[in-house]
Amino acid sequence: MPVLNWVRRHLVVFAGVAALAYMTIPNVIVLIFSFNQPKGRFNYSWNHFSLDAWKNPCGVGDMCDSVSLSLQIAVLATLGATVLGTMVAFALGRYRFRGRGPVTGLIWLPMAMPEIVMGASLGTLFLNMRIQFGFLTILIAHIMFCLSFVVTAVKARVMSMDPRLEQAAQDLYATPWSTFWRITFPIAAPGIAAGALLSFAISIDDFIITQFNAGPATVTFPMFVWGAAQKGLPVQVNVIGTLMFVAAVLCVVVGQLLSRRRKAHS
Amino acid sequence: MTQQTAPLADEPAGARNPASAGGAVTLTGLGKEYGDFTAVHPLDLTIPEGSFFALLGASGCGKTTTLRMIAGLEDPSGGTVRIGDQDVTGLPPYKRPVNTVFQNYALFPHLDIYENVAFGLRRRGVKSVKGQVEEMLELVELGHLARRKPHQLSGGQQQRVAVARALINHPKVLLLDEPLGALDLKLRRQMQLELKRIQTEVGITFVHVTHDQEEAMTMADTIAVMNAGRIEQLGAPTDLYENPRTTFVANFLGQSNLIEAQVAGTSGDDLLLSVGDGRLAMPTARCVPSVRAGDKLLAGVRPEKISIVHADDAAEVPEGRNKITGRIVDASFIGVSTQYVVNSPWCPELAVFAQNVERDGRLVPGAEVVLHWSPAHTFGLDAAQDIEAGEVNA
Repeated sequence: MPVLNWVRRHLVVFAGVAALAYMTIPNVIVLIFSFNQPKGRFNYSWNHFSLDAWKNPCGVGDMCDSVSLSLQIAVLATLGATVLGTMVAFALGRYRFRGRGPVTGLIWLPMAMPEIVMGASLGTLFLNMRIQFGFLTILIAHIMFCLSFVVTAVKARVMSMDPRLEQAAQDLYATPWSTFWRITFPIAAPGIAAGALLSFAISIDDFIITQFNAGPATVTFPMFVWGAAQKGLPVQVNVIGTLMFVAAVLCVVVGQLLSRRRKAHS
Repeated sequence: MTQQTAPLADEPAGARNPASAGGAVTLTGLGKEYGDFTAVHPLDLTIPEGSFFALLGASGCGKTTTLRMIAGLEDPSGGTVRIGDQDVTGLPPYKRPVNTVFQNYALFPHLDIYENVAFGLRRRGVKSVKGQVEEMLELVELGHLARRKPHQLSGGQQQRVAVARALINHPKVLLLDEPLGALDLKLRRQMQLELKRIQTEVGITFVHVTHDQEEAMTMADTIAVMNAGRIEQLGAPTDLYENPRTTFVANFLGQSNLIEAQVAGTSGDDLLLSVGDGRLAMPTARCVPSVRAGDKLLAGVRPEKISIVHADDAAEVPEGRNKITGRIVDASFIGVSTQYVVNSPWCPELAVFAQNVERDGRLVPGAEVVLHWSPAHTFGLDAAQDIEAGEVNA
């Protein structure tokens, strides 16, 4: 059975294509429907081709404000979580101190706990502390759950680093400052970058925790989409969704190209 | 504790690199404790400028800790480190005129070979490093690999980069921490000669830490044998090998047969010993402890100093030799020589190495033999020691 053999030999390729299709078909649907001109308020069935939404992506109410808010929060949360998480990772990976065990365990908590519980309890905390819900409360919440991802990514990198590398640098006349920036940081950088990228991706699409900690004037993009979906989804949501998808793919492609070039270079 | 000073190697005057001026290392009362555990007992040691000095010992004997205290990577619990005229005890590693070749090399994985070698020069603010780096890479024959990353190099090449990275700074002292441990045997032999050549060429003081006694003997002018945080004996390789002063040195440096004996008396310059119902002689001068008749003693002889003959030829053994009879329990042929293990009623498991010049076919396990050696090749050690100290369990 030559056909069966051929199939058998290329089984891995089939599996790969199937997995790729599984992951990208929803995004392709989003892309296609961004060119739709729906009949009613819901963009669920194909009517006819139109570029209206693409020509005027901010045409719907406050949608672009919500995108801008989401981006601001994602950038700041990434920054905060990356700086704080990197420091925590170095402390946990390098030093033995009282309370190191509990901290190592607690760092996992935001990843393990259901978001709905975390969002609700954080909201209760803010309410009891009489902190006004708004930009700051969302940011604090996002930094909290991004922190675990940064710590986990950076700590792995720090733990696998040979301590003799830093000693060798010091032996070669590098001051502690210069040792950190020339040896320690560049070696830990891939872990830090991975943590930062994860943080950004998680922050920008978080809905549940944000919902509990947002104020009436702070509507993030996921919250906007949720609200809009109750009474009809504008096509512009698909435009923004497509742009996000393209940006993510671009990030991955650029990352791959960079690492390939570095390999070819070395 | 007395000051131990290693003899200077025979080197022509003026062959030294001026950069190595003041490269003597003086340790005074230098010790290290970790809580209750004493890694290094306070030791005094002077390593002369321009010498190739080896710290030899099993793992955990304190040799690496000593080296790291010289480098400044470990704070001593007490004592001082001087390099030339300068007391460096309180200086951080980056202010000491020493460089280290680390175990497993510790090359910076994110920098290429060129930048690894240039690292020290750049940190000291040297403006144009190109000439020096290229020259140094040529010295270790790696010029063509300058733009490779460390992981793309073989173990031997990485080792040479580590040496180049340290030497380019013209340190007063080069510290080597088991630098050849990760290499296979053949490459290790090659690198031993290479390092020795480089040391002779640059004339810098080399302090080399190793657990490999052959490596220490091949390369070093002076060896300090360390055991349990103390320097057990210090001297030139031949001196240590021929005149070990403790059972640890006798067993760790090469192999020794140690025979429990009793002093029977003296005859001229010789000491007469009784072993079982036999007699042995040895020069009184080669006996470490001062002994009187009736005292116990360990009589030592190296395996290659012993001749082995079949019991049928016992009559051919010349007069005046030390003789022991026994039976071969094991014989292993290893090319240049054959190694016998002989059990004697007076002493179990005597090792004998015989060159394979003319092999006697009768010398097989079970054969009755006579072992004999010159009394002059016998050394005497204090019997109050562990007779198996320092034995390598192969």
